Amino acid sequence: MNRSVTIALGIMLTVVLSMAGLVLIPNWQFREMEQHKDDDGNLWPVRLEGAEALGRAEYVSLGCIYCHTQQVRPAGFGADIDRGWGMRRTVPRDYLFDKPHQLGTMRTGPDLANAGARQPSRDWHLLHLYDPVITSPGSTMPPHRFLFEKITVPDRVPERAIRLPDNSGWILPTSRAEHLYAYLRSLDKSYELPEAPQ
Amino acid sequence: MAAPLPEPAVNDRVSRIQIDRSCRQTVVWYMASAVFWLLAGSVLALVASVKMHAPGFLADAEWLTFGRVRPAHLSTMIYGWGSMAGVGVLLWLQARLSRVRLPLRLLLPVTVVIWNLAVLYGTVRILQGASTGIEWLEFPVEVLAFIGFCMGVIIVASVLMFVRRQVKHTYVSQWYLFGAVLWFPFLYVLGVILSETDAARGVAKAAANWWFAHNVLGLWFTPIGLATAYYMIPKVIGRPVHSYHLSLLGFWTLAIFYNWAGTHHLIGGPLPAWLVTVGIVGSMMMFIPVITVAVNHHLTMVGHFHHLRTSPTLRFVVFAAMSYTAVSFQGSLTSLRAVNEVSHFTHYTIAHAHLGVYAFFSMMMFGAAYYILPRLMNVEWHSARWIRVHFWTTALGIALYWVGLTWAGWQQGRLMNDPNIPFLAIVEYTKPWLHSRSVAGVLMAAGHVSFAWLVWNLIRQRGAALIGPTLLKRRKGA
Repeated sequence: MNRSVTIALGIMLTVVLSMAGLVLIPNWQFREMEQHKDDDGNLWPVRLEGAEALGRAEYVSLGCIYCHTQQVRPAGFGADIDRGWGMRRTVPRDYLFDKPHQLGTMRTGPDLANAGARQPSRDWHLLHLYDPVITSPGSTMPPHRFLFEKITVPDRVPERAIRLPDNSGWILPTSRAEHLYAYLRSLDKSYELPEAPQ
Repeated sequence: MAAPLPEPAVNDRVSRIQIDRSCRQTVVWYMASAVFWLLAGSVLALVASVKMHAPGFLADAEWLTFGRVRPAHLSTMIYGWGSMAGVGVLLWLQARLSRVRLPLRLLLPVTVVIWNLAVLYGTVRILQGASTGIEWLEFPVEVLAFIGFCMGVIIVASVLMFVRRQVKHTYVSQWYLFGAVLWFPFLYVLGVILSETDAARGVAKAAANWWFAHNVLGLWFTPIGLATAYYMIPKVIGRPVHSYHLSLLGFWTLAIFYNWAGTHHLIGGPLPAWLVTVGIVGSMMMFIPVITVAVNHHLTMVGHFHHLRTSPTLRFVVFAAMSYTAVSFQGSLTSLRAVNEVSHFTHYTIAHAHLGVYAFFSMMMFGAAYYILPRLMNVEWHSARWIRVHFWTTALGIALYWVGLTWAGWQQGRLMNDPNIPFLAIVEYTKPWLHSRSVAGVLMAAGHVSFAWLVWNLIRQRGAALIGPTLLKRRKGA
């Protein structure tokens, strides 16, 4: 009996120690992390609200993370910066408000840490979401036509609708697609942080 | 050549039969459920795999979009197939090794029902879009309560067996099983709390995520898999394990080092450098337990490899044990920054994960099932041919899977690190290998169907009464 207790304690000790080392200590390091105030008094990173926050929930729900990362590796380690995926590496403070975190582990598609800075166009993003090969020939990203309504009758085309390049009609984004665009547009880490000079 | 073991005493056999009878309901239910989830997970896998090279496939059904099918595949395989098979094997091994009957025989079958409903609910919620968005923890948080309850019952059963054990000596498998049963619930509860609530801030959530996810393999599947190998290899070849001391060294070094390896998933990421370095050191230290286990298993097997021709259990188990060595070496090397700079974020990692969860753990569970289930059902496997089909489709399938995606991933990483190559050219480069993955997936799925057919017939008691084991080939002179 005594031996079982010793073994059990030893077993638990190993995992408790690793949790402390890998999670609790870094968490303690971040305890006083706050937004950075720049010279103009703006606070970075920005806490997402409204359409952008709703769009982030869509991003999570649709599982974008399985093909897209949101992290820029430092110069000299990979070619993230040379590919134009960011002006600087990303640092812990950039993710202050991210819940759940969406750092990602796979780049079947490009990194999106600065997707909005790189490509601000609403038409581009919405066409790309509707059917990625319209903007990116050869892409294997799944089309998200279910986030749109297709309009083929030219009368009564709402202003928000976007004309398809093959002239087969217009696509009318649902509010979910608009939110998703708002979130993608918000992905911009071009602000400066003292710990991550550009 | 080891001396033949003496015939076990008659009361020994009787006690084994009694133990097996006590396990029958719980273990068969767990393993049959696991096979169901294996089939479900295979369907999801094939859908996801085809989508990767034919994005238009089933594209207009939102619940079948790639970003939902893929986590549904992972979750059914990890929590349905892997964990349920693991629990079945774990309970049976513990009862056999402690030489006690399975306790809690009313409550344990209830946990099978709850566990199945939890996996079903979680999978449906992912497909509906209610995933938590945290890799390996996609099931909505309420699933934790149900699987947590089941694990609680399983811990109690394990502790009861360990405390009541009728054998003074604790065999190495018992150490691993006792470890697994204590580690996993702790990991699961803390993993959810730390990565899904505000208990941890910002990227500390990511650290918690990978501490958890890597340890599901390291501290749950690996110990169950190794316990199985340590039990099955000596059992089938009729020879004790080579070295007791090596096996203890292997256990404690695994317990101490595997824990720390998880942050190698975050190399180059936005985390303190020391944290990633710790993950790399932990990964390198894993060479010790891995080499220890490999040497111990190899020296046990030496001179007995001819049994691979006849014993289905041994064939799967040895394939799995060799894959464990391979995947661990690959994992340690992949954690090196120079390798990781290329391999990170590519199909290489996906191939590596399947080498671990499939070629090692799943093959080990197949091997265990071939040994355990006939003893519980008192019926033999009805067809050696279907077992051969199962072995060769899955073995060739995972080999093709691994080779194709490892190569594709490595090239993908090299091309990605050259900023002059357009991204879409890289996508184009990987396409043929994504097709080869689908072919591999079909092979493995065909193997799973053969396995399910065998299990179905066994449970329906369609097979010869249990006298001797089903062999892949007749032994000479038998």
